[in-house]
Amino acid sequence: MNLKTTFLATTFLPLVLATSALAQDVPAAAGDDVLKIGLIYTLSGPAAALGEQARNGFMLAAEQIGEIGGMETEIVVIDDEQRPDKAANDARELVQRETVDFVVGPIFSNILVAIHQPVTESGTILISTNAGTSNFAGAECNPNFYVTSYQNDQNHEVMGAYAEAQGYQNVFLMAPNYQAGQDSLAGFKHSYTGGTAGEVFTEMGQLDFSSELAQIAAFQPDALFTFMPGGMGVNLVKQYSQAGLTGIPFLSAFTVDETTLPATQDAALGLLGGANWAPDLDNEANKDFVAAYIEANGAVPGTYAMQAYDAAQLIDAAVRKVGGDLTDRDALRAALKEADFDSPRGDFSFGANNYPVQDFYLVEAVKREDGMYGTSIREKIFDDYVDTYAADCTME
Amino acid sequence: MTNLLVLQLLNGLQLGVLLFLIAAGLTLVFGIMDVVNLAHGVLYMVGAYFAATFAALTGSFWWGLLLTLPAAVAVGLVLEVVVIRRLYHRSHLDQVLATFGLVMIANESVKIVWGTTPLSVPMPALLSGSVPLMGALQYPVYRIAIIAAGLAIAGGLYVVINHTRIGMLLRAGATHRQIVSALGIDIGRLFAIVFTLGAVLACFAGALVAPILSVDTGMGESVLILTFVVVVIGGIGSIRGAFFGAILVATVDTLGGVFGPILLRAVMDPAAAGQAGRMLAPMLVYILMALLLFAKPDGLFGGRG
Amino acid sequence: MTDAVTQMRTAAPAVSARLKVAVVLFALFALFPPVVVAFDDPFLLLIGTRILAYAIAAMALDLILGYGAMVSFGHAAYLGFGTYAVAILSSYGVHDIGLHILGAVAASALFALLTGAISLRTRGVYFIMITLAFGQMAFFFFTSLSAYGGDDGYGLARRSTLFGTRLLDDDMALYYVTLVVLVALFALCHLIVRSRFGRVLTGIRENPLRMQAIGFAPFRYQLTAFVISGCLTSVAGVFLANQAQFVSPAFMSWHRSGELIVMVVLGGIGTLTGAIGGAVAALLLEEVLGTLTEHWRLWFGVFLVLMVLYSPRGITGLVQQIARARR
Repeated sequence: MNLKTTFLATTFLPLVLATSALAQDVPAAAGDDVLKIGLIYTLSGPAAALGEQARNGFMLAAEQIGEIGGMETEIVVIDDEQRPDKAANDARELVQRETVDFVVGPIFSNILVAIHQPVTESGTILISTNAGTSNFAGAECNPNFYVTSYQNDQNHEVMGAYAEAQGYQNVFLMAPNYQAGQDSLAGFKHSYTGGTAGEVFTEMGQLDFSSELAQIAAFQPDALFTFMPGGMGVNLVKQYSQAGLTGIPFLSAFTVDETTLPATQDAALGLLGGANWAPDLDNEANKDFVAAYIEANGAVPGTYAMQAYDAAQLIDAAVRKVGGDLTDRDALRAALKEADFDSPRGDFSFGANNYPVQDFYLVEAVKREDGMYGTSIREKIFDDYVDTYAADCTME
Repeated sequence: MTNLLVLQLLNGLQLGVLLFLIAAGLTLVFGIMDVVNLAHGVLYMVGAYFAATFAALTGSFWWGLLLTLPAAVAVGLVLEVVVIRRLYHRSHLDQVLATFGLVMIANESVKIVWGTTPLSVPMPALLSGSVPLMGALQYPVYRIAIIAAGLAIAGGLYVVINHTRIGMLLRAGATHRQIVSALGIDIGRLFAIVFTLGAVLACFAGALVAPILSVDTGMGESVLILTFVVVVIGGIGSIRGAFFGAILVATVDTLGGVFGPILLRAVMDPAAAGQAGRMLAPMLVYILMALLLFAKPDGLFGGRG
Repeated sequence: MTDAVTQMRTAAPAVSARLKVAVVLFALFALFPPVVVAFDDPFLLLIGTRILAYAIAAMALDLILGYGAMVSFGHAAYLGFGTYAVAILSSYGVHDIGLHILGAVAASALFALLTGAISLRTRGVYFIMITLAFGQMAFFFFTSLSAYGGDDGYGLARRSTLFGTRLLDDDMALYYVTLVVLVALFALCHLIVRSRFGRVLTGIRENPLRMQAIGFAPFRYQLTAFVISGCLTSVAGVFLANQAQFVSPAFMSWHRSGELIVMVVLGGIGTLTGAIGGAVAALLLEEVLGTLTEHWRLWFGVFLVLMVLYSPRGITGLVQQIARARR
């Protein structure tokens, strides 16, 4: 064997093999009787618990419904690994190669920004079950984009309103340095008019908060407001109590919730958060949902699960309304907009920008009667609340 | 402001001793065996996972920490015998590739064994809480314990290296490798001991931070790169260099992040200063390294190039 | 003149054989799109474009890794400069791909000149770690560049234009343009390697002291090669940005630098053609393993370790070993 044939063998053979391995069957075209849904969630890394909740929530609904929209359903689950570059590529692949009818997800706003264009540009419907950035709520709103969660600022506005009502004058603000983090502080300040003791943006994925806690100890503010989803929140809560700072009120959103409480446990008890729902919200649909979720997954559902559960219900209701005809996009979009389903959060409807109009609550971390940890509703802060960016949306 | 400075200096010291524990092994492996080991950060991660697992099994942090040590010895020996030993006489390029492969294997194996959800280790009751320093200023007991443990180990290493036979061999090996082997010392055994010692120190560092950080698959990587900077700044093969390099890098990192924007605010408008500060802070240690190497290509205490 | 140069001369037949292999490889690349059309899976074109772009980067790295024995562990930074040149220039209304490449090359040249000048004062392990650290420095710079999304990256609304047309919006056109650039840069690298400059570089690799003694300052030649390599790598970045229509610091992570080295070594270092084949092999391996198992990185890692331990000369060496054993 000479060098040339060696080279041919080493490059050509794998090339052919790989091409045939990678090539896929002719994708099912839109309009046939299979409903294809792609889920993009963060299922690995420090924030995996969030994505798993969302996936479990969606799957729970899918299982309960059986055939979503009365059609044979195919669900493709993709792990974005919390990497926007990967997600952008995956979204393109879902739309161009798998020709899905709906893309559902993601958890993180930076992933949403990455997948929004590739999905909506192709006319595919994108339903975000968690991230709700300000740009897509306002000037860049899109008829192919729906949100079953909230506009990112809203939960923070809840906490701002609470801090305002408590008469705080000097609040320390802290969030990770990415779009949702910046949105969160802006949201807090939207409804809080007092002063700030400091404003810190931490690195995404930072796990050691000693220097930030040092600043808090040095400034002794009236309260801390923070937004630290996933593993970051677990660490912050633990280190906060270890640093002996529990005398300073800890206000947060997406930091002390059902995804982090199993890890923080008692360290988080009594900490306050803002949310659009809690597992103990009193209505029939919610009781059924929470009981079914605990039965299926052995854990208390958080908002991530509830919002994804609603996304499945939303698709089901809309597809049934158009009789399974996915070709008439205008009719499908109109059916989605009606949001004709029973949400565990009670009242739910879409605003002009396809973001929800809903109630918001102050919630507190508690130990539940079943021994597990969860959030509990303390008081309603906003009623049928519309986000502040909706006015900028023209939906041309 | 003084409070902040004191706290940040302590935080810098804490990060510094941690980096030192990891860098000590790395610099010896570089210096004595001339092996580039990208998988060193993996040992730190594995140590944290061991501590989390053993602590959960025994219900005690102290048992978790204690059991991590024999496990670390086992991992170190297996790695040395199966892979590293075969790399001693290979080019740096081969070493980079093989240990890069090890990083991929380790990260993925950890995901398979422990899942991708971060683990947490409960803080031992004895060391939880914080102590008042001055005025309203408090500092966590556990971090003080880390500093103490790190300094104790550094002291121990100093004694071993300067006052024992094996230490003498290590010093000789780092600077005059051929001569040591010419003297009839069993180089193979010396190398195995050095690598295992490095592995144990890195695992121990991982076990130490488990209660203050959540234990996850990415934790070895950010530390690895910082450790490289430490080793390069301190000079390859020098334990003393690793110690001062670690303290220097950690202090610059912790102080720069907080005081950089504050200092910049003095010379430019606040908004721009905040922005520039955020951009510069993570780059500071690399800039420090570049400047230092420009002046001293062998690092602070490096003897050979 | 020197031993090294005579070595190059005696190696001439092998070079021409490699050239033939390269031509065959390019022909295969050119035939790929019709195959894709036959499989009716146009997404493969995007994967193909990605492979071609990485082939450019691997080849550029081989220029210093293979011919200069400089193990740069920070080459992903240049991929990043290429991708961000597209993003930044596009945001200022400059869409022409030629200008994107020009911007990428200019930024890379500057960065390579500065960091190369410092890095090349050191050797061996130091060099590897310093280039790694500089790569991280660039990575962190773009991570905190919030105007372009920082960590989150930045979506490109449209691809670059070619001579004022939107030709590259078509996936197949993008593929072929990338291929043309790959072939052109291969020719350029081939000329560089065979030039007097290339021979001096190889000579320095073999024996720097001797080259210095006969009047070639290693530093200047190595730095020049380092800068050229960085610039060419950034061209790959321009095409990657267009392929993904998304730029982010992820292109610059140290893992990416490691993968580039893997590609070069996989195909056999110091052959240019090998780097291209290695890029193809590594990315296909990644894609195929990825479809087979979620834990493909584990198997890729095992493959790497085994390859280093048992086949120091990459896949090419492995196949040759097997062939020799059969004989």
